[in-house]
Order: sequence, then structure tokens, then C-alpha cells
Amino acid sequence: MKLLLRNIRLPLANFALEVDAEITHKVVALFGPSGSGKTSLLDLLAGLRRAPEAFISLDGQVLTDTAAGVEIPTRHRRIGYVPQDGALFPHLAVRENLLYGCNGKPPTDDGCSLTFEHVTEVLEIQPLLDRGIGRLSGGEKQRIALARALLSSPRLLLLDEPMTGLDFNLKGRVIEYLRRIRDEFKVPMVYVTHHLEEVFALCEELLVIERGRVVGHGLPQDLFVVSNEPTYRLKRANPE
Amino acid sequence: MSADEWWIIGFTVRVAAIGTLLILPPGLLLAWLLARYQWPGKPLVETLVALPLVMPPVATGLILLRLLGRRGALGGFLHDRLHFDIVFTWRGVIVAMAVMSCPLLVRTARVAFEGVNPRLEQIARTLGASERRVFFSVTLPLAARGILGGVLLSFARALGEFGATILVAGNIPGRTSTLSLAIYQLVQLGQDTDAFRLLAVSVTIAFLAVWGSEWLMTHRVRSE
Repeated sequence: MKLLLRNIRLPLANFALEVDAEITHKVVALFGPSGSGKTSLLDLLAGLRRAPEAFISLDGQVLTDTAAGVEIPTRHRRIGYVPQDGALFPHLAVRENLLYGCNGKPPTDDGCSLTFEHVTEVLEIQPLLDRGIGRLSGGEKQRIALARALLSSPRLLLLDEPMTGLDFNLKGRVIEYLRRIRDEFKVPMVYVTHHLEEVFALCEELLVIERGRVVGHGLPQDLFVVSNEPTYRLKRANPE
Repeated sequence: MSADEWWIIGFTVRVAAIGTLLILPPGLLLAWLLARYQWPGKPLVETLVALPLVMPPVATGLILLRLLGRRGALGGFLHDRLHFDIVFTWRGVIVAMAVMSCPLLVRTARVAFEGVNPRLEQIARTLGASERRVFFSVTLPLAARGILGGVLLSFARALGEFGATILVAGNIPGRTSTLSLAIYQLVQLGQDTDAFRLLAVSVTIAFLAVWGSEWLMTHRVRSE
């Protein structure tokens, strides 16, 4: 994956999001405290929000170039998005939610690269297929949101703090599912979190964002040292 | 009940239903635009839509009469070019009912649209859905109960419409006489027993419509 984020400037409530980075690894974490602009950056990547100044390209395709007036619509970007609460469609059953990104057709008929059976098997959601959304636990919702995004055949998956609201045991299980997605489906991921244990468990590259600015960018083990478990200390800042 | 009374009940329900259905497409479109977008002139349109709620119904009726009468701008055109009259016909009843009940539909539908979590619409777009598909597969189904509640409320308002209707359509027995107009006429004639019979019908239909509306609006699909 080659994700170019150049000259991004987006005014937020108390500061401006300013990012200039080149991301090359398959699983990258956006790490930083709450309210530092991580979700806003995801929204820009997905095309859900527009910045006055931005250049974003993914594997050579320009998605946003404000200088040239280019803005690929969200639905043509093929970027999957899993928000904090999963955002499942409450009026649709699990199966209908999963097939939404394939226009309701079985994935294999619609050119989706991942088969329905494979994804539901890996994420262990086959027993849930005919359930209503209201009868799912937090962990089940997250798995279904992941599967739904995967079944739309994304070339990049955006995960916005998918562990929010999950207890310790569930977090461990969801991390295991995310590892399977990383290893079996090979879909590149941008993972927003403010928990370093999730970064070390999953991610190959790390962008540390504070108040809208990148204050560290590199390999997780190069950026942080364990100072007093479970807390970590930023070893060196490398703003780009 | 006499055949005339049955005719009045059937006519009122029919024209109220047609009037409500007529305003449904433009009312929903307007409610959606008001709920989801900011655009120039929005406060003016919001005010205009709410006007029939607060203006005296006879004043609204007078405006409609001026506009739709044979000497009015629109009514003159329809009469001269298309040989088509609205005033003092059943069409006038429908127009009066539609105009008077439109604000209720728009306001309730707007609240229903605003109740749909915009994040769900955004996620639908990331899954490749067009704007049209987002509207028909996410926004509309999630707002449907609220909208249906608004439709019933508008229908109930149309059933009871009096002031604008009597000016635009008159009270012509067998042609434009609705429940409220007939009740008024019967009271004027001192036929209280007949008036109370129609009153009971009117209250029953209105009660069922409002009750249904309240039930639908308090049992909406929760969009997280």
C-alpha cells in the first residue's frame, strides 16, 4: 500500500489538522489522545469530509486534490469504514447488512473478491446471519461491521477505535479477528486508537497525532519505549 | 344514518386522503431538504411552510380563492386554457385540505429525517451506494414510521378542515359538503341530533388517526 497524505489542512474546533505523510505499510495506526483529529483524518480519506487544502492518493490514484479540483466521491473510492459503534443498519437483519455493499447480491456474483462464506466463517458470524441488529452484543456488532466492510471489496479498510465499549475479554477476541483479516484477506488497514497495546498487537507503522499534528511517524517499536507497563513513552518525535 | 350522511363521510375521507397523498411527494422532498442541507432562502421557506399553521384558516382560504378563482392568476389560466375549475368544486376541497395540512406533514417528516443518524448514510456511501440508494434503502426506511405518523396527522387535520374549505369550495350539498361543513350547517338549522351523529363519526375517525400517528412516532426504528 502507498498512501500519500500531502499538505492536508483542515480547520477543526480548537486547532487545525495538518498532516503531511507517506504511509507504506499494510497496517498503520493513527495514535493519539481523543480529540486530536484522528477521526477527521479518516473522514477525509473516506471522502466523508472535505478539507480546504489536501492531496490524498492511494496506490497512485488521486482521491483528493483540492488544487486541481479533484474529489472522488465516497462511493467510488472503495474504502471500507468501520466506525466506533459499527453503524449497522438497524432496520436490516445481519445478512442484509453484510450484503449491502454488494447491492444485495451474493458477493461472488458481483465481483467481490472475498466470498461471503469465507468472511462469515473467519469472523464466526454464520450463526448470527438471520438475527436482528437489536439482538447482538457489542463484540458481535463489531465483527459484523468488519465483515460488511470487507464484503464490499475495499482496497483499504479504515477502523475507528473498533474496541470502544468492549470489555477486556472481548477486546482480545476482536484483536484476534483483526489479525485474521490482516493475515488471511490481506486488506490494508488504517487503525485509529489511543491504546498502545492495540498498536503493538496489530500494526506495522504508526503515526502519532497530537492536536492535529503528526508528532511521530515510524515503526511502533522505534517510536515508543516501555517506561512503566502498561504505559509507554514517546521515544523520539519525527514530525514530517 | 341516511344515505346523504354516508355520502358526506365517504366524500370527506376520500378527499382528505387524496389531499394528503398529493402533498406527500413534495412535502417529503421539502422535509428532507430542510433536514439535511443548508441553502439560501431556507429560513424564508421554513416560515412560508409554517404560515398556514398560524394564519386564520379563512385568510388562507381567501388567498387561495384569489389565486384559484376564475379571475385569479392561476385559476384564470386553468379556466381559459384548460376549461378546468377548482373553486366551488371537489377539487377546491382537496386543494384547501392539502394546503392546510401540508405544514404538519413537513414538520413531522423533517423531525423523522433528522432522527436518522447521518453516520449510517455516510457508511452506506462507503459501501458504494449512490445518493438515491442511500435515500431509499437507509434514510426513508428509518424515517418511515415518523413519516407515516405525519401522514396520519395531516390526514386528521384535513378531515377537520373548515375555514379555508368553505371559502374555496363553498358548502354545496352532494358536491363539496364535508363532515365539518355539514356539522356546521346542521347546527345552523337546529338539527342537533343529526349534527351530533356526524360529530361522533368525525371524532372517531380523528381519534383513530391521531392515536395511530402517536403510536407510530413513539415506536420508531431506533437508528443508533
